[in-house]
Amino acid sequence: MSPDRLIYMANQIGKYFSSQHRQDPVAGIANHLKKFWDPSMRRTIAAYADQGGAGLDPLVLQAVRTLSVTHL
Amino acid sequence: MTLIQEIDYGTPASKAEKNVTLTIDGVAVTVPEGTSLMRAAVDAGIQVPKLCATDSVNAFGSCRLCLVEIEGRNGTPASCTTPVAEGIKVLTQTERLKQIRRGVMELYISDHPLDCLTCAANGDCELQDMAGAVGLREVRYGFDGDNHLKAAKDESNPYFTFDPSKCIVCSRCVRACEEVQGTFALTIDGRGFDSKVSAGMDEDFIGSECVSCGACVQACPTATLIEKSVIEIGQPEHSVITTCAYCGVGCSFKAEMRGTEVVRMVPYKDGKANHGHSCVKGRFAWGYTTHRDRILNPMVREKISDPWREVSWDEAIAYVASEFKRIQAKYGRNAVGGITSSRCTNEETYLIQKLIRAGFGNNNVDTCARVCHSPTGYGLKETFGTSAGTQDFDSVTEADVVLIIGANPTDAHPVFASQMKKRLRSGARLIVVDPRRIDMVRMPHVEASYHLQLTPGTNVALLTALAHVIVTEGLADEAFVRERCDWDEFQDWAAFVAEQHHSPEATATITGVPAETVRAAARLYATGGNSAIYYGLGVTEHSQGTTTVMAMANLAMATGNIGRRGVGVNPLRGQNNVQGACDMGSFPHEFTGYRHISDDATRTMFEAFWNVPLDPEPGLRIPNMLDAAVDGSFKAIYIEGEDIAQSDPDTQHVVAGLENMECVVVQDLFLNETANFAHVFLPGSTFLEKDGTFTNAERRIGRVRKVMPSRSGMADWEITMAISNAMGFPMQYNHPSEIMDEIAHLTPTFAGVSYDSLDALGSVQWPCNDAAPTGTPIMHIDHFVRGKGHFVLTEYVATDERTGPRFPLLLTTGRILSHYNVGAQTRRTGNVAWHPEDLLEIHPHDAEQRGVREGDWVRLQSRSGGTSLRAKITERVAPGVVYTTFHHPETQANVVTTEFSDWATNCPEYKVTAVQVSPSNGPTEWQSHYQELSEHNRHIAEAAE
Ligand code: SF4
Ligand code: SF4
Ligand code: SF4
Ligand code: FES
Repeated sequence: MSPDRLIYMANQIGKYFSSQHRQDPVAGIANHLKKFWDPSMRRTIAAYADQGGAGLDPLVLQAVRTLSVTHL
Repeated sequence: MTLIQEIDYGTPASKAEKNVTLTIDGVAVTVPEGTSLMRAAVDAGIQVPKLCATDSVNAFGSCRLCLVEIEGRNGTPASCTTPVAEGIKVLTQTERLKQIRRGVMELYISDHPLDCLTCAANGDCELQDMAGAVGLREVRYGFDGDNHLKAAKDESNPYFTFDPSKCIVCSRCVRACEEVQGTFALTIDGRGFDSKVSAGMDEDFIGSECVSCGACVQACPTATLIEKSVIEIGQPEHSVITTCAYCGVGCSFKAEMRGTEVVRMVPYKDGKANHGHSCVKGRFAWGYTTHRDRILNPMVREKISDPWREVSWDEAIAYVASEFKRIQAKYGRNAVGGITSSRCTNEETYLIQKLIRAGFGNNNVDTCARVCHSPTGYGLKETFGTSAGTQDFDSVTEADVVLIIGANPTDAHPVFASQMKKRLRSGARLIVVDPRRIDMVRMPHVEASYHLQLTPGTNVALLTALAHVIVTEGLADEAFVRERCDWDEFQDWAAFVAEQHHSPEATATITGVPAETVRAAARLYATGGNSAIYYGLGVTEHSQGTTTVMAMANLAMATGNIGRRGVGVNPLRGQNNVQGACDMGSFPHEFTGYRHISDDATRTMFEAFWNVPLDPEPGLRIPNMLDAAVDGSFKAIYIEGEDIAQSDPDTQHVVAGLENMECVVVQDLFLNETANFAHVFLPGSTFLEKDGTFTNAERRIGRVRKVMPSRSGMADWEITMAISNAMGFPMQYNHPSEIMDEIAHLTPTFAGVSYDSLDALGSVQWPCNDAAPTGTPIMHIDHFVRGKGHFVLTEYVATDERTGPRFPLLLTTGRILSHYNVGAQTRRTGNVAWHPEDLLEIHPHDAEQRGVREGDWVRLQSRSGGTSLRAKITERVAPGVVYTTFHHPETQANVVTTEFSDWATNCPEYKVTAVQVSPSNGPTEWQSHYQELSEHNRHIAEAAE
């Protein structure tokens, strides 16, 4: 699936979790992706992050990186 | 089978707690204080003759037929307007009473045509019954004097006629329109002999304010107001209780039949969602079920440009199975999926997700709730612990403040709107948050205290500003929060909302709502007594839809407005079974009862019961499926009861996805827009042709009962079962009740639900299990389902859909009373009389700037696409905002909507699209092209000789 749309969606998710004070946003984002994104979408975004992840917000990039290590 | 005759008690029930005992014709009877003598008599098994009284409306006391005598009191009081009193002795049948009643009847009959034998109401006429009951044998006055026998009929309404020559001016219709429906369309004009019923100022019904709910027809004791279907077919001979298949109110109806033909649908008094009321859709708009456009044979084609070829059921099922197997072998297990629909029954939905999870071996299952209420599921589960509304509908009768956000109940949930209006007329206050001036803002005898007419897309900013006022003005219910919620989280939240940039003054520039109005509304919500929130798709269909749901939950928790009658947070679900579709495990990440697919204990239970290993990873959502189809990794889809090519956003993207697939299977009633891109068409059955259950917006599970054989030969659940068997995953059910038994077995919140329990209880609200054997009307009473209520910080994030020089207006979309969703059903009924086309509502100021006049064709253009439709100039929309509906495929409003969606659930942002409006000559190129394509792709080959 085209990374552009996934980047957009991941950043949207990132904005929400970054605004929650009592929760680690990186864990929140990673958990959300794990719970709601189909593995092929996660694989695509993880691969994209591995190539530098341009356009992904910093916390989202971090979250996607934890995902690529632990969940794929 | 018999015709169900409901008892008419004559006057409404009294809600008093204190009881009174009296004697009627020697029979002692005990009833609540305030009950009428007439109603008490019925309780005692005695029918007092009556004409102007019926128990759906308050007594009026005009016909003088129901007179009684009370020992020790003078005169002959009307039993409908006289309340019971302790110890009194009432006589309903004395010589004096008989004489008076005969006299009264004689007068009525002398001005009534005596064509009983050929009258459509013959056998169902209270005037006829009463003439019999009082022993009327002669009419001395003759028909020579002045009378109304030649008065002209009004046949303008598509569904019922008004024949004033038969009117006895009992005003039951007028009172029903006022008290039951709340429209106030009817009046009694004139006095004495000249008095007559009229709809508005000398208008016919269709031209009046009448919304065709049918309440007056039902209340009318004569043939004056009568269904045209009864005139055409005759009186019904048996009836079956079933549930309306249109909106999320889930009204209960008696399908009144002659053989297998529906004569009329009559709202059922015992229906706990509707209490005997209905709207034009459920009451009258069932003609689509026998419409000639229904497809009754399965059809197959290799390419979508080929004409359709009618085939046998066996061939169609075998083709689907072989194609899905071929595609999975070639492109992988995950290249296929399916979509359930909120129009399907629970049992059908359950089977489809079972077929996909167990038969296809992946979790690529989603439902159209994705595009409407998925944020509700996520948001309420996160904050309260349950993905559902918190109240029953009746709870509104105890609300003191009603807050409606992004919902238009009079159009989309009309029967509940009537109940709400009734409460508002008796004193509850109303706050409306909506970019449009919906009817509820101001209508006869209902006026909102505050209308917060915000800019589309700014709900979160507005709700956080309301929270700001509640916290900074010390209006929060601290005791409730300490007891029921996480106190630390609350404090964190309170500090967050108290920040200056969340104040109404600071957010006014974003929302467009004056700060003082926001402050006043917040004070009213927090301090006005029981405050209840009702919301609709104007909340969910935004990029921050989920955040808005959580912001409402925050408000309810902070003010203690949750966990009892009269309060709560209540989604008004669009289609009939949105709640059920979500409950039944239609979402790619969860099983029935909202249990995540990765939860080992749940998954193991399903694996053991279904005897197949299940994928623990979430599957694709509808927009993801379409994205994947455009990219070429998703190749086949099974769609039951949904028309994504019309209902889903960004039509051109949807079409591109569908065109890229190798096997699109559509199971529906009509060749809908999606079928233009399908390879297999499986003809579905209407709600009249099958058994099952629907779950309404208040979590109420109601039975759908088969009243006629399936016209296509297979009920939808049978089709899914056949596909599963052909794919090699065996399913064997003899009746939908067995599917429900399986659901109950596997779903703790449904454990007590069965067809037997539904027959016994009528309907039941989940959770229904050992802890709550008769169901749960109100949730979160002593504690939240999740434990402590969870406060969420709701930072406003502006949508990326912004106006600018190219697209300076904001488009928001919605629905209208007479149509249902994509209109495939209602467009094939008399309802087109009210809404033959989609119109663009535009403010006079914006219209003038563009040189647009009323009724002109205009082009509506966004960055996604353009369409043309006609303009309706109105101040209902604010300057800068335009509005349309999506009921007609010719308009294709969703060509214009964009790919933006809610951050958590991908629910599309239907409610905000930046557009430009300009004068045009007629349909756009896309519309003409699409029209040609759909004519071509709908072609059915002549059967070979
Ligand atoms: S159909 Fe409904 S709205 Fe119309 S006049 Fe009768 S009660 Fe009123
Ligand atoms: S139309 Fe029917 S209900 Fe209305 S006043 Fe006449 S008889 Fe009564
Ligand atoms: S459409 Fe809704 S309100 Fe109307 S009759 Fe059906 S369930 Fe009731
Ligand atoms: S029924 Fe009581 S006065 Fe008409």
